[in-house]
Amino acid sequence: MSKIPEDLLYTEEHEYVRKTDDAAVVQIGITDYAQGELGDVVYVDLPKVGASFGRMDVFGTIEAVKAVSELFCPLAGTVVEVNTALEADPSLVNKDPYGDGWMIKLRVKNPAEFDQLLGSEEYAKHIGE
Amino acid sequence: MNLEHPDRFVARHIGPSPDDVRAMVQTLGYPSLDAFIDAVVPPDIRLRRPLNLPAARSEPEVLSALRAIASENRVFRSYLGMGYHDTITPAVILRNVLENPGWYTAYTPYQAEIAQGRLEALLNFQTVVADLTGLEIANASLLDEATAAAEAMHLTQAVTAHDGGHVYLVDQACHPQTIAVVRTRAQARGIELVVGDPEEFRFGPGVIGALVQYPATDGRLADYRGLCQAAHRAGALVTAATDLLALTLLQPPGEWGADVAVGNSQRFGVPLGYGGPHAAFFATRDQYKRHIPGRIIGVTRDRAGRLGLRMALQTREQHIRREKATSNICTAQVLLAVVAAMYAVYHGPEGLRRIAERVHRLTATLAEALRGLGYEIAHPAFFDTLAVEVGAERQPRILDAARQKGINLRVLTPTRIGVALDETVGPDDLRDLAQAFALGRALPEPIEVIAARDPRAIPPELARTSPYLTHPVFNTYHSETEMLRYLKRLEDRDLSLTSAMIPLGSCTMKLNATTEMLPITWPEFARLHPFAPREQAAGYARLFRDLEAWLAEITGLARVSLQPNAGSQGEFAGLLAIRAYHRARGEGHRTTCLIPQSAHGTNPASAVMAGLTVVVVKTDAQGNVDVADLRTKAEEHRDTLAALMITYPSTHGVFEDSIREVCRIVHQHGGQVYLDGANLNAQVGLCRPGDIGADVCHLNLHKTFCIPHGGGGPGMGPIAVAAHLAPFLPNHPVVDLEITPSSGTVSAAPWGSPSILPISWAYIALMGPDGLAEASKVAILNANYIARRLAGHYALLYAGRHGLVAHECILDTRPFKASAGVDVEDIAKRLIDYGFHPPTVSFPVAGTLMVEPTESESKRELDRFCDAMIAIRQEIREIETGEADRENNLLKNAPHPLADLVADEWDRPYSRERAAFPHPATREHKVWPPVGRLDAAYGDRHLVCVCPPVDAYEEVVGR
Repeated sequence: MSKIPEDLLYTEEHEYVRKTDDAAVVQIGITDYAQGELGDVVYVDLPKVGASFGRMDVFGTIEAVKAVSELFCPLAGTVVEVNTALEADPSLVNKDPYGDGWMIKLRVKNPAEFDQLLGSEEYAKHIGE
Repeated sequence: MNLEHPDRFVARHIGPSPDDVRAMVQTLGYPSLDAFIDAVVPPDIRLRRPLNLPAARSEPEVLSALRAIASENRVFRSYLGMGYHDTITPAVILRNVLENPGWYTAYTPYQAEIAQGRLEALLNFQTVVADLTGLEIANASLLDEATAAAEAMHLTQAVTAHDGGHVYLVDQACHPQTIAVVRTRAQARGIELVVGDPEEFRFGPGVIGALVQYPATDGRLADYRGLCQAAHRAGALVTAATDLLALTLLQPPGEWGADVAVGNSQRFGVPLGYGGPHAAFFATRDQYKRHIPGRIIGVTRDRAGRLGLRMALQTREQHIRREKATSNICTAQVLLAVVAAMYAVYHGPEGLRRIAERVHRLTATLAEALRGLGYEIAHPAFFDTLAVEVGAERQPRILDAARQKGINLRVLTPTRIGVALDETVGPDDLRDLAQAFALGRALPEPIEVIAARDPRAIPPELARTSPYLTHPVFNTYHSETEMLRYLKRLEDRDLSLTSAMIPLGSCTMKLNATTEMLPITWPEFARLHPFAPREQAAGYARLFRDLEAWLAEITGLARVSLQPNAGSQGEFAGLLAIRAYHRARGEGHRTTCLIPQSAHGTNPASAVMAGLTVVVVKTDAQGNVDVADLRTKAEEHRDTLAALMITYPSTHGVFEDSIREVCRIVHQHGGQVYLDGANLNAQVGLCRPGDIGADVCHLNLHKTFCIPHGGGGPGMGPIAVAAHLAPFLPNHPVVDLEITPSSGTVSAAPWGSPSILPISWAYIALMGPDGLAEASKVAILNANYIARRLAGHYALLYAGRHGLVAHECILDTRPFKASAGVDVEDIAKRLIDYGFHPPTVSFPVAGTLMVEPTESESKRELDRFCDAMIAIRQEIREIETGEADRENNLLKNAPHPLADLVADEWDRPYSRERAAFPHPATREHKVWPPVGRLDAAYGDRHLVCVCPPVDAYEEVVGR
């Protein structure tokens, strides 16, 4: 069973959204289930600070040894911070997907879009756990 | 009495004896081989007559026929340059690499643990290229210089994509074939090409980059520092097409600002071969490493921390990224890259520099001699190539005088002659050259007198000052004894067809018969320059004519182009022909390409390169093309439908019954059918792509027609087309192939890699129509025999009519993940302990094994393989029942290198005996993996693609 923290929101494409102290900014990464399916992550291609995305636009790619997957932006918004630690150590995504393995922080454009994300139970059902 | 020699090649090529065939057919429940084949191949596509080909000939007969063909070629001294130079292949490398099945019969090093030898050779190649070009990272070869330049343009486009530019500048002094190939690629991708003088390049808005030739095709040496600065200020990239030998004396492109360097490594000991095969190189800056096309070898470590090598950054490749891949390149030129790398190992940095200096001094001496005769040398700065201004009146007379002496010179312009020298040139050649230019006059000064003045023509600001090839591997093996042992040591680390069957599905690892291989190094085939006058290559012309006619008959199509250098290039050329055909009919809007889900990754990658949009067609539960989905998609896209790409028999190893209907649906909606001939080995003599409904088909001569895989190349991917597409086959800018309008140029050389074509010619001549059909039948029989023997042990994923497969079968190993925690990878690596090369892993279906035995494997070898697979199933069962540990077991710890087995400590819950000798035959012989299971992720996270310092090995040993 993979970890699915109750206080996070999710997409069907296996990204999670964590609310931060700043109500307008969220932290985004991929779920424990996703990192397990991908296997050893070797590279994460992330956008630059200031880049803007629409909801479910591709914001980057993640490469494991045998697979490449696109990363989808759960909410429309602008990137305010990128986890540069992943450049040196992409395995953080495997070791700690919800903590040190986070990917971007996003200033959310339209808070109403939160309603379209999945709760932890819905996500668990989605991945069949 | 029958006076013919009793030996028949067909019986040597086909593994199982007639008695074995009978027994195997009976095992499968059929009365005869023909009855069995009738059950496998759909009746509505069967060819009901023998192929119209010459009858089978014996090995001596075929060799004399090839001798006769070879004798029609005339080996002149060709000083034509243009990226091709005569060279001396050190005999120790010729015999022990190029002519050695231990090197040439290996496959692409997907199973790194049993490929450490050629991986080291390729790492040497990358180090040579990186050092000499002055760039940080190089790949392990591309097909030729021209396609490498085109790949550099694609890299440029990819890394500047955000700027929305589409203009690419090309130096008019690039080799003409390079410009032609780059132009063809640019047109397909909507890039605007501007060909001109680099002095006048302006990096305005929209310009993504530039390509320059260094030294230029006419020999000129120029300083491109300013050009690079201007390009970089504008966010554009600069690529240098260059020459490795010249770079031992010249400041390397990486030091003057180039972002990419490409070129041909041929003059490092690889025979000219009338155009190929040769290994092209590609190097760039570290920041662009994820956009490098082709294979990159990288350093990693195994379980015990030992250094090991494997292919790195596989995620860039088309088998993973499909239509988003950086390139469609797949098969490269491994064998020739190994030869070039070994040439550098053998000569070392000092030896290479001495060779280069001698070539340069000879050239400078010739320049002085020609000046003495009153000629102007157009460019005073040069390395080994002169542009001689002779005037329109004298030009034909000089060319003629040279030809009288057996020398080919290049016509640069109506008044200029080009002369490019190489390491084979000596003082006598120089004298002959000077006399040809003298037109009967006496030379004012003897050559020796000029040479004694030691003339030079490399300006100091372009002279190389940085060291290169300082690694010990390039400074150790300079005696022939040391070199011989180094080559042998590397060879012995690898599993090739000389030790065991290589049952790789979709790869067709059949016999590469010695008789087929002998002619490729005959001087009459090996020493012809690709742009030598055609009357000197009458033998090659005959060879091409025969082969084109035979391949047309085998495929049931009208015309053949031998130009594409690999299957991927055949796909590209075929799709270009289809696009050009639509355009010629006023239907240029047809740009949709249907591709089944199960297709090989090169299909979508090639389609994108050809400017097509990919629409994926579903596959049904049996692995067949979902005909209903195909119909829906064909109808939906009927206004833009360009083509369907389909593999037959399918990538799942099945003769699909619906193939005729599939072709009909596509034609009905205005599309053309591209048949991927990767699996033609099951069709030859039984059915033909043209009869089935294909309009284009490529043939992998390195699969079905016996060109060896060379450890990952060379290959050849000629295409056969129906008559209506023939006017759109590739042409060539230097050698007119008389094809109009044509769809461009896809390879540097007009006929791809001619020197390996005698192999396929010999195979067809030796087998004859009946032998070829027999080979297809036994290939299918062998696959079905394996499927039957493994039934009950492994589930067969897909089967066609009557529960039978075509020439390969997929074993479903996915259930063991849950039952025993065993991955497909574990089974593959355990097979190495049994002395086998594993089958194809996770293609076309993730988590499965695809087995293709080919017709050349005997029943004895098939049984040995099946025994190993069944024994491994038993080892899995021991895990399932709890008898063996789920983590610490024979499979998870495989492969077992000697160092593990002889270690003082042995704490594993199984015996060393079982680990090392799981089958009695392994006691007699097996290839030992020099390393344990390699950690691919570690290597990709810590990318090192040049020879690591020697102490890196020591550190690990000292642990």
